[in-house]
Amino acid sequence: METLSKTSRRDFLKLGLTAGGGLMLSFNWSDSVAAIMNTSGEALAANVDFNSYLSISPDDVVTIFSPNPELGQNIKTSFPMVVAEELDADWKKVKVVQAALDVKKYDRQLTGGSGAVPHSWERLRKAGATARQMLIEAAAKIWNVAASTLTTANGFVIHPNGTKLSYGALATDAAALTVPTEVKLKNPKDFKLIGTVVPNVDNKEMITGKPLYGLDFYREGMLHAMIQRPPSFGTKIKSVDATAAKALPGIVDVVTFKNNVAIVGKSTWEIMKARKVLKVEYENAGNVESTSDHDKLFKELLDKPEATVRRKDGDVETAFKNAATVIKREYQCPFLSHAPMEPMNFFAHVKADGVELIGPTQTPDRARMATAQLLGIAPEKITVELTRLGGGFGRRLQADYVVEAAELSKLINAPVKVTWSREDDMMGGSYRPAVRYRFEAALDTTGNLIGYKLRGVGVNAGNSTREDNFPSGAVANLLIDSIDHQSPITTGAWRAPITNFLAFAEQAFLDEVALAAKKDPVQFRLDLLDKAKQTPTGAIKYDIDRMKSVINLAAEKSGWGKKKNLAQGFSVYFSHRSYVAQVAEVEMVSGNPVLKKIIAASDCGIVINLSGAKQQVAGGIVDGLGHALYGQVTFKDGAAEQRNFNNYKLIRYNEVPQVEVHFVDNGIDPTGLGEPALPPTGGAVANAIFKATGKRLYNQPFTLQEEMKGVKLGQKM
Amino acid sequence: MAAYSINVNGETKKVDVASDTPLLWVLRDSLGLVGTKYGCGIAQCGACTVHLNGTAVRSCALPISAIGTSKVTTIEGLSKEGDHPVQQAWQEVDVPQCGYCQAGQIMSAAALLAKNAKPTEEQIATAMNGNICRCGTYHRIKEAVVLASSKMK
Repeated sequence: METLSKTSRRDFLKLGLTAGGGLMLSFNWSDSVAAIMNTSGEALAANVDFNSYLSISPDDVVTIFSPNPELGQNIKTSFPMVVAEELDADWKKVKVVQAALDVKKYDRQLTGGSGAVPHSWERLRKAGATARQMLIEAAAKIWNVAASTLTTANGFVIHPNGTKLSYGALATDAAALTVPTEVKLKNPKDFKLIGTVVPNVDNKEMITGKPLYGLDFYREGMLHAMIQRPPSFGTKIKSVDATAAKALPGIVDVVTFKNNVAIVGKSTWEIMKARKVLKVEYENAGNVESTSDHDKLFKELLDKPEATVRRKDGDVETAFKNAATVIKREYQCPFLSHAPMEPMNFFAHVKADGVELIGPTQTPDRARMATAQLLGIAPEKITVELTRLGGGFGRRLQADYVVEAAELSKLINAPVKVTWSREDDMMGGSYRPAVRYRFEAALDTTGNLIGYKLRGVGVNAGNSTREDNFPSGAVANLLIDSIDHQSPITTGAWRAPITNFLAFAEQAFLDEVALAAKKDPVQFRLDLLDKAKQTPTGAIKYDIDRMKSVINLAAEKSGWGKKKNLAQGFSVYFSHRSYVAQVAEVEMVSGNPVLKKIIAASDCGIVINLSGAKQQVAGGIVDGLGHALYGQVTFKDGAAEQRNFNNYKLIRYNEVPQVEVHFVDNGIDPTGLGEPALPPTGGAVANAIFKATGKRLYNQPFTLQEEMKGVKLGQKM
Repeated sequence: MAAYSINVNGETKKVDVASDTPLLWVLRDSLGLVGTKYGCGIAQCGACTVHLNGTAVRSCALPISAIGTSKVTTIEGLSKEGDHPVQQAWQEVDVPQCGYCQAGQIMSAAALLAKNAKPTEEQIATAMNGNICRCGTYHRIKEAVVLASSKMK
């Protein structure tokens, strides 16, 4: 089946001839992005939502401009693949270029969450199909045949008699044609490029050490700066003595603004040294909290009668009163640092006539608007250039580190790059919130789940539940509520916000409930899903059949329940529009339980780039496992106690189990994969460890729990 | 401040810096060789890995005064065309995600294979364990080291 897709005048704008001839088409890369296109520096049309374009030059080179920040999610490779697929381009001749980053062109650029793929899928396809249609029409004119008789492949339009014309040879003629209003999209069955392994387009630059990242930005005359921020949340500066710091070589200035003391100098090492002799005294300016306070608070909040009700179905009280068995368990997770490998940094140059900002951000527009507001200047006078991002994990959605650089540049009246040390990164900025959950389940005499309660309490976590997620819909009597504690400790989105821990707690809990119900954990989940389908309770956000399909695929690929010498643990979670089920396998090796393998089955619809998709799943599992095992930031009197990788442990090479990645093949339009593979991992691992040792894990990080003693990791990865 | 003359990627470079300046910041701030990355500053993450006379070292914890006549090789100098067997393997296996740690990973792998072209799994693990990848590309790193090993002459 071929799909006819209508394009409107607003969908495409033909930019006509490029400098050396050829075809240039602009299109909108994503709903979240708006832009004004121009050529030769002149605005073509105001308020036109175009943010990307593709060009075909007479020498057959297809150039696809990518406007989105790339932080390892593979967008710069995967998105152009979709355009190239519908265009029938020769991938070897496709060049992907980070689009000129200029706020005059790109009014609102944003990369956030796993939402880009579902938003852009059809737009990207239509862009490629439109260019292809125009090239076909150009060839039809030359050959004087009906366009419908022509086909395309590998960058050529093909005549029924086998004669070929290359796209480059047709591009200039095509540019003279009207943009079609209706184009044919391929049947996904005919995809040649989508679904294959395509290496990252930036590999060569990355493996040869080219300057790509924000920290790699240098400019003649630029100053370097580091900022001493309050080491404890809830404190402010009392006094600053910068005499010794200022006297050191290479130090240009020491500037105090707000709660910051900036050391400005000529080189990174010189300012790092000056920081050691900088004397700043702080005093309390609010709640100065410790982890021990939060531990106590969580227990109080879990018992508090009033809470924000997120979902209420049926009569929970009666269900629990009538229950044959009640299971009640609590789970707690600590704060986490985002800790992307590239520490925060940004270049700013505030000039009389405008502001130049250059660096790694997921939200350049937010950075620009925040800077405009702070400095009291028009946003149009601020340009933001994007570098590649050395990881983000949500940290670079925030603009604090950009605005700070701009403020400093204004104060010192000079171009400056502000670099955060790793310690700055872990002691400030923002964290994944600490959360504690209480789950309660009511079972009747035959093991049916008749009641379910979840309370989430967190520190600056907002709604720490996901009330319309599984098992909501499958339980007649259900109550989900939450309480949030406001704290000076700043938190923010951390890869798979909330679900990065909620999924572990829920899936570990359901494993216990299944056992109490005397059911196999996989069958228990399938039965609940059948119940949600046959007798649904309330609205749900997940697709029951898709959830079942990943459960069944993971069970099949792992040989669930058939491996006698292995302890298997199961977990499944829906987040960010995709479904992932995982089976963790623990083997007893000379008396020790060893985490050997994690098998994942994902449903993200059509897989665009098989290499990138497998990376996202494997990487998500490693990330989820590593943080479940080791990750924690604790606070003492408002100050983070873990400040670098010596005591904030990240998972390493020899601790990683084998990972096997499978995808459900269902032809559904694709959804994102940057986050969904992370949430299920902790639960699968905890459930496998229980199967092997009889011990349940309730708190993260696992490695600090008594129950983990003796468990070995990553043998023969 | 003192004048130092060091051999980087086969060339003699002169810099005027304090004696305790880590090689990392000499490379980045003074010589413009930014392929060597800052990740932790305390020799914990391996992003700053370079070769000193062929041995993988953490340049963030190595003061310029300790370099002497040793030969420094950075990612930029590993091969002229970016085609060292390890670099080839990294591309073929499609290792990088965000890519920030990969120069350090490659330098660790290249130093291992230069001394031991056919390492065992355990030897690879020992050599690569000092390099953190926050994106979790460890499986492909392993695959790429094994592939590079098969390419070593």
